[in-house]
Amino acid sequence: MLNRVSKAIPVVAAAALLGWAACNTHRVHTDSGKNASGRKMAPDFALKDVDGRTVHLSDYRGKVVVLDFWATWCGPCRLEIPWFTQFEQQKKNRGFAVLGVSMDDDGWPVVKPFLKDLKVNYRVMLGDDHTADMYGGIEALPTTFIIDRDGRIAATHVGLAGKEEFEDAIENLLASGGSGAAPITSSPSPVAPTHGL
Amino acid sequence: MKITATLNEGFHANSHTPSDENLIPLKLTWEPGPVVAKDVIYPKPKMEKYAFSPDPLSVVSGSFDITTKFALAPGAASGMSVLTGKLRYQACSDRACFPPKTVEIKLPVNIQ
Repeated sequence: MLNRVSKAIPVVAAAALLGWAACNTHRVHTDSGKNASGRKMAPDFALKDVDGRTVHLSDYRGKVVVLDFWATWCGPCRLEIPWFTQFEQQKKNRGFAVLGVSMDDDGWPVVKPFLKDLKVNYRVMLGDDHTADMYGGIEALPTTFIIDRDGRIAATHVGLAGKEEFEDAIENLLASGGSGAAPITSSPSPVAPTHGL
Repeated sequence: MKITATLNEGFHANSHTPSDENLIPLKLTWEPGPVVAKDVIYPKPKMEKYAFSPDPLSVVSGSFDITTKFALAPGAASGMSVLTGKLRYQACSDRACFPPKTVEIKLPVNIQ
């Protein structure tokens, strides 16, 4: 009979392997115990924030920075973001800042409401592949870098980490000061975030 | 037509009806061809609790089936053809999430 789908079509037509086979989803790399000069420099970037202003990591030289790569669809990121909001509020006057880099493909239309909902008080930019590549590819979210006052990476967390773990690392870096090359008093003052919400 | 997909142990994907509007659903779509998808039947979601969420999430894990019911397209010509489907999913472990991914599915069909 014409126009009938052949019964030769296999019932199970495809098998897709969807997981990330060899990916350890909680990795921590820390250079916090090293002499600051032994740490790797955090790559500088130029990304736009919600108000369209360009943010460079180098604008924050002299501050301890938490640089968080995240996305709205990432549950573990959602757990960490309120911690970072609290750190920003409590430590921003001590030479500390949080920077968020959203890896959402859908951009500000999904990111803006999310920031408003979570009352995020720190600067957030939209990420891109170039920036992700500079930071090793960012295969899993959240991926968070803790950067010392000299712009060097003191610790990297891939996957959900503990609030105390972050806080201890930040406090150690705040207490240790920098190399003296870029004291807080001479650092540029980044524009206060408004998020345009 | 049934597709069997497998997530590696320790990973889950959001179901086709995620618990939160920000989460990306499991979705199978088919390009138009000599047959058209009339209905896509997704696996029954599991409600599972993870350390990063206060509430259980609607997920799939392990091996699961997605069934598509097709009908002949009006005026479909007889002969061999290849249907193209796209399965979009977004997977996480209990500590990290991975960017949404799309797997292309090619399905040979013979209209007689």
